[in-house]
Formats: sequence, C-alpha cells, structure tokens
Amino acid sequence: MGKTLSEQILGEKSGTNARAGDIVIAPVDLAFVQDTTGPLTVRQFKEGKRSSLANPQRSAIFLDHAVPSPNRNLSNDHRFLRSFAKESGCLLFEGGSGVCHQLVAELFANPGDVIVGADSHTVTAGALGAFATGMGSSDIAIALALGKTWFRVPETIKITVRGKFQKRVLAKDLILYLIGKIGADGATYKALEFDGDTVVKMTISQRLTIANMTVEAGAKIGIFPSDNTTREFLKSQGRGAKYKALYPDKDASYEQTIAINAAELEPMVAMPHTVDNVTTASKLAGTKIDQVFIGTCTNGRLEDLAIAATILKGKKCNPDIRLIVAPASRQVLTDAIKAGYIQTLIDAGATLVPPGCAACLGLHQGVLADNEVCLSTANRNFRGRMGNPDAFIYLASPATAAVSAITGEITDPRKAI
Amino acid sequence: MMSQQILKGKTFKFGDDISTDHIIPGKYAQLRSDLPELAKHAMEDADPDFVQKVRPGDFIVAGKNFGLGSSREHAPLVIKMSGVSAILAKSVARIFFRNAINQGLPVIICDTDKINNGDEIEIDLPRGMIIDLTSSANLTCSKIPQVMLDILAKGGLITYINTYGDFKL
Ligand code: SF4
Repeated sequence: MGKTLSEQILGEKSGTNARAGDIVIAPVDLAFVQDTTGPLTVRQFKEGKRSSLANPQRSAIFLDHAVPSPNRNLSNDHRFLRSFAKESGCLLFEGGSGVCHQLVAELFANPGDVIVGADSHTVTAGALGAFATGMGSSDIAIALALGKTWFRVPETIKITVRGKFQKRVLAKDLILYLIGKIGADGATYKALEFDGDTVVKMTISQRLTIANMTVEAGAKIGIFPSDNTTREFLKSQGRGAKYKALYPDKDASYEQTIAINAAELEPMVAMPHTVDNVTTASKLAGTKIDQVFIGTCTNGRLEDLAIAATILKGKKCNPDIRLIVAPASRQVLTDAIKAGYIQTLIDAGATLVPPGCAACLGLHQGVLADNEVCLSTANRNFRGRMGNPDAFIYLASPATAAVSAITGEITDPRKAI
Repeated sequence: MMSQQILKGKTFKFGDDISTDHIIPGKYAQLRSDLPELAKHAMEDADPDFVQKVRPGDFIVAGKNFGLGSSREHAPLVIKMSGVSAILAKSVARIFFRNAINQGLPVIICDTDKINNGDEIEIDLPRGMIIDLTSSANLTCSKIPQVMLDILAKGGLITYINTYGDFKL
C-alpha cells in the first residue's frame, strides 16, 4: 500500500514505516518562535534540564507580531528574546524583517522537511512540500532542546482542484470556499493534501495562501507536492540544491477526497465571527466598511500587492475608509518598491506599515473602534481578533479588498472598476 | 506534581468553537510575561465574569472544537490558573489539546450534551469515567494516546522530559 506525503516524510524522518495513526519521533529541520509565544517558550526551556539548543542554526526567533513595539511590556519581551538569542546562539530576525511564516518560506522550508513553530500558521510551509505544523511553547521548548518531537501521523484528506479560475478569483477564494464547505473543525488532526491541474499551475505565492489557512479547518498540515514550480522558487531563493521531487504514491490511502471545480468559484468572504461562516462577495454587496487591511502571512506577498496595485492604479480609496498595507517581509517590500506597487498604493491613499503582522492580531497599527467593520486579507476573524470584541471582521482576497477600498463597501471584484 | 486522579467540581458550560481569542484575547499579548495579571482575563470574551465565578476544582464544559485558533499556550495556562481542574468537550482543536496536556491540564473528550451548566460532576481519570452527580448520568470519555497520558501523569511536558530525559514510546 502506497503512502501519503505525511507518511512518506514522517516515515523517512523517523526511520519507521509510518502509517496514519502511528505515533513517531522525528528530528526537526527547523524549530521557531515569534515574539508573543517566544517568552513562554524560553521560560519553559529554562525549566528544562538541558541548557543548550540541539541545533542553534536550525532554531529561530522572529520578532514580527508587535514591531516596532507599541508598549514597554512588549519591549521588555523583545529584549528578553534578543538576549536569549545571544546566549543560545539561535538565529534572530529583528523587527521589520517580516512575518515568521513568510521568512520561513523565503529562507528555510524545503520539500521533505519537518518544521515546527510556536505559531498556528506554521502550516504555511506545506506549500513547499514540508511537513510543517504549529505547536505551543512547551512543545517548541522541547523541540529546541532535543532537536526532535513526537507526532501522530495524520490521516489525509485529498483536495483535488481542476479547472481555470475566473478573472479576479484567487487562491484565497478557493481556501475560503473549502473551509466554508468542511467547517472550522472539518480537518481536525488531519492532513490536507492538494492536487489537480489547477494546483499544478499555481504559483508558490498562491500555494502559500492556501496552506496558510488549512489550520482554519483544524488541519495539522496542508501540503502540496513538490514540483517544477517548487524547484524554480527554491532556485530563485538560492536553495536550488535543496529541491527534491515529492509526490504521494498513486495507491496511497485517503480518508476522503474532495473535488473542487475552480471555474465555478466566485469571490468569497468569511463573515464575522468564524472563518467557516463563508458566503460570496456578491451576496454581501453594499456592506459598509471602515477599514481595509491588506497584508499578513496569508496575503501580504508581492503577488497580492501587485493585484491590489493593479486595481487601485490611478484610483482613490473611498474617503470613508482607511486602507492599511503591510508587506509580509522586507524582500516583499523591496520588490514591491522596485515594481512601483508601493507608490501606486500610497497614491491611492494607503497607509504603509512595516513588514510584520501589523493589524492582524489587534496589538497595534489598526485596532478597530466599537462597531467598526474591517475587510481584511488575513486568515482569522474571531471576535476580538483585531483588538476589539465589539468590532466585525470580514476576510477576503486582495482583489476583493482593493475593489472594496474604492467603493467603501464589500464589492465583488469581478465588477469592472 | 502528579495530576489528581479523582476530580470533583461544578461545571461552566460554553458552546461550540470557543477560540483562543475568547480564552485570552490577542490584545493582552503585552501581559503574557505577567501571568497573574494575564490570568485575570481568562475566558473574558466568552464570559466576562468567568474569573469571578469559577472556584478551584471546577470544570469547563464545551461543545465542539474548543480552543481553535492560535498556538498560544497561555490559553490553557490561564484556564489552569483560574482553578479549572479539567476541560470537557465534544472535540478539541489540535494545538490546544497538546498545550493543555503539556501544562498538566486534563482534557476529556465526551458527549457534553449530557451535562448541564452548573451540574456537580465527578471524574475518575484513570478509569475514564464521568459521573454527573446532579443528573446521575454516567459518561465515558474517548481514549487519548499513551504518550499524552504519560505527560499528564508527570504534570506536564517539561517535568516529563526532565524525568525521562527523552520521549519514551
Ligand atoms: S500575520 Fe497574523 S496570522 Fe500571520 S503570523 Fe502574524 S498574527 Fe499570525
């Protein structure tokens, strides 16, 4: 019987014949924390008996969630993490470098890797064929100390996507549709494996958007086969030698297969206050918004800014909304400046904030007022997520966000604007 | 610290999909290095008075997908600090599940429809039995992997690794 991608990767790493349901111990290729989960991880690490990191060069701290720091408590946390990086020899990514998951994709993730991070969206690296999953601080503290951790090999749901997207229907719409269909717990403990001709044609940026949000259906990982597109991406990031082809076996066993016709998809929106509360943008036409946020580990990449800039070129944002743009990394920011996207967005009225999580989790740079409505390209719209439990968050693609920034209300981006 | 074997207390019932943002909102990230202060906000966006009402030993009883969302281990941590001795739910999100066990906080998967808000219940952890003393209902809970039971028995992951030096499978 053949193997799924999870069974292949965990089998090879653990040196066992890993099958869904088995518990295995596997070495990790990267273990990381960010600035809100890092301090507890370091404290848990210090409670442990081992005083040194198993692999300092495969251990990373990303300062991304609240940078530059908005208050003294977080500043103290940042200082605490910086000094741990010095004493332990692990890698440190300063504020302004970018969101951890974007940096993991740009700098670390390779096909067949096992990656664990103290952040739920660690699943993002599955776009590059890595078995990547989020854990809490104690688990990461132990992964840092021992260089390995335990996994239950997940059962896999296969998602086969065929057909061509309509104009201005994007990867974000596909993943929102899928989450709406299977629910916020539709893939709990499971792996989601993507394939089909639409997936083969997708850029890494689109795959990252999809893998990123698989955790919103409860998935342990969201993973793509590693193909030519993966190879080209790794080459462009100077890691061509790390490429290896990775496909599930033809006779691998799947718990279920879900087929999606990309051509039938419309621009989708997740309504407050759960990500699986999904409808189409056209059904929400006329919903007034106060803030539009384009950025995050879901949709803050160059392609996303390109889409927004194309739509906003020569236009102005509606005077009743604020548009906040946060590039996902310094590389994204630099490339977007070179391509002219940043100037276009600023000319349209956008406020540019530094690479990082920005308004995503309600710590700074875009906290909502009571009863305000935000249309965001992020991945979560839970109550209180953007710093105010009395505010409302809708999630959509960068195309829907950009078009709606012009009209001031939720608008189907297929409408010519 | 060994986790207690027989737990007894009152239930606080919640619905489905209680996220880590309900349990401890992201906006309190600046308090994450000040745990006693952070713990004052446990469950705040699901029930603002929870911390005032809960007594040591009580239980959180929830519907499906409890703890979805962020990987913040502060979520089970503030629940534990509030005095809650176990969480009962129809299902629990994956990262929260590991985090709770790693903090030595038992998580019990069972049919929580049979338990009402405010019921007095007793849980026999080793036998996996729940008795609702108010309604006299008996419930069984589903099995969790042995490695998680071992971690729980040691009161959390760090003490487990400190004891054995490694994972023991
Ligand atoms: S951008 Fe948002 S979802 Fe992504 S890591 Fe930052 S806070 Fe989390």
